[in-house]
Amino acid sequence: MDLARLQQIDAYSWSVPLQAGEQRAEVKLYGSAPLLATMDDKVLEQITNVARLPGLVGCAMTMPDAHWGYGFPIGGVAAFDPEHGGIVSAGGVGFDISCGIRCLRTGLQWNDVALKARVLGDSLFRDIPAGVGEEGNIQLTPAELDDVLLGGAQWAVRNGYGGPEDLEFIEERGCMAGAVPEHVSALAKKRQRGEMGTLGSGNHYLEVQVVDRIYDAAAAASFGIARGDVVVSIHCGSRGLGHQIGTDYLVSLAKAASRLGIALPDRELACAPIRSPEGEQYIGAMNGAMNCALANRQILAHLTRRVFDHHFPHAQLSTLFDVSHNTCKPERHRVGGHERLLYVHRKGATRAFGPDHPGLPVRYRDTGQPVIIGGSMGTGSYILSGTAESEARAFSSASHGAGRAMSRHQALKQWHGRQLIDALAGEGILIRTRSMRGAAEEAPGAYKDVDLVAEATEQAGLARRVAFLRPKVCIKG
Amino acid sequence: MSRYRYSYFDHDADVGIVGYGVTLEEAYESAAAAMFALMTELPSVRCVRTIALTFEEADRELALVRWLNLLLAAAREHGLVFSMFALERDHVLWRGSASGEPWRAGMERGTEVKGATLTMLSVKQTDGGWEARCVVDV
Repeated sequence: MDLARLQQIDAYSWSVPLQAGEQRAEVKLYGSAPLLATMDDKVLEQITNVARLPGLVGCAMTMPDAHWGYGFPIGGVAAFDPEHGGIVSAGGVGFDISCGIRCLRTGLQWNDVALKARVLGDSLFRDIPAGVGEEGNIQLTPAELDDVLLGGAQWAVRNGYGGPEDLEFIEERGCMAGAVPEHVSALAKKRQRGEMGTLGSGNHYLEVQVVDRIYDAAAAASFGIARGDVVVSIHCGSRGLGHQIGTDYLVSLAKAASRLGIALPDRELACAPIRSPEGEQYIGAMNGAMNCALANRQILAHLTRRVFDHHFPHAQLSTLFDVSHNTCKPERHRVGGHERLLYVHRKGATRAFGPDHPGLPVRYRDTGQPVIIGGSMGTGSYILSGTAESEARAFSSASHGAGRAMSRHQALKQWHGRQLIDALAGEGILIRTRSMRGAAEEAPGAYKDVDLVAEATEQAGLARRVAFLRPKVCIKG
Repeated sequence: MSRYRYSYFDHDADVGIVGYGVTLEEAYESAAAAMFALMTELPSVRCVRTIALTFEEADRELALVRWLNLLLAAAREHGLVFSMFALERDHVLWRGSASGEPWRAGMERGTEVKGATLTMLSVKQTDGGWEARCVVDV
């Protein structure tokens, strides 16, 4: 990205000056100069387009891990007021609705696990369905799937996957209100038939990680982690159902926008007013997909527990937190001294409520919400905590991952899957995958430096670093 | 040798596909092959089952996206991976089919495509026929 097109506000935030005659809201980009310099110009083009959508409140924003997406950039955040013509956009949520990360403590230290790491990886790879074409063992009837769409992780717990203690530490207590299964197409439900309890492919993973560095001892204690602890992170989303809802509504909302007189700067921003039949239908379907994702991660957490129980009978896998990062949620935020109900789109961005937010579990009221920045399989991930200042800066939002620095096509030219896996094994990171191509596409070198992203997230005031997690065993789709 | 002609273009997080054909329909068939080639090695897929697809779409570009997304949905619904594609058009009515087989052990597993997007979507006539492109989300 050409930094000359930006105006620097401070070391970690930038704005985009208005051109003569240009009509749009403000655009703000968070990140350091080196991070922004590596971003594609398309990020700027896409977030500027978002700033032209009706009913936007405040700025259209990008997080430090932003990269070129479709419609919205990945790492894009935008809030809309339903009472002032605000819209909901299928392109602002994406295909993998409510994709997110479940982080589990294990109660184990790496010393307990190291000697069994290989066999643990083999068992997880056998029992966690992963990769294109892989189905799960759970086959649901259409009526049961409707219950999933209404109940989310609460449905999963009622059906024996995990316990009620998990729900306290999942966004929305595991169940997004407002799901309307009737607004989900029959095709979307058919696509989900064999996909409950599956990881998927691409950048999805299940990782056994060790807490390698602590940045904030008090917050780490509150989160129940210490140096040397083993945790498990599960990154996946709403699978075929979410993909099909995205597909269905991307085209129907693109057509609706034109019918409703909304001039779209990019058709991919397909949207409708929140207070319109088309908007309400999409929201009802999207909420169902969010519940599908929450249930999916709850099932995968249960499958992970079974594997750990087998190899480490004294392990206690408890949910640290479950965050989603492809969502549009109604939330109350303070704008200009007044509290307003806004629909906050986070496309590849994480909700990051600060301390004392009523939506947080009591355990985290002093620290703020756990925020997880998932890194590549060779580098590591961060746990952060939400800050009070993030509310004013970004409607309580933060980065969600390292963010790609290189296309998949370029990565394939540069790395070979087998060689990469062998090299990572030499560094003590075991990879289990059915896809050599997928491994090459996900090469650590194809991602931005996660350390820089986490540092920029903290310096921009979006969230504070608590701990760094180093990967040890990675199940890739 | 495959009758499909396709290529790819760069996108940060996802993948751009381009299908070429003497006719518009052939270009769409090639785009379908480009998409499924991201998921597996097409020559290794046996054509043991054929699924028919029909849809109505007046917008030529949206028709490409709908065709690709219907193929993805049919593949997941029936647990298949496709390697052969056929498409015909009668004004706004599109009739297509895809042939393939269920996933089996030993098949190359690439990257799952979640959906075809409207990003970089274009369908245009060229000197050699037609070119159809878009970004697919993986």
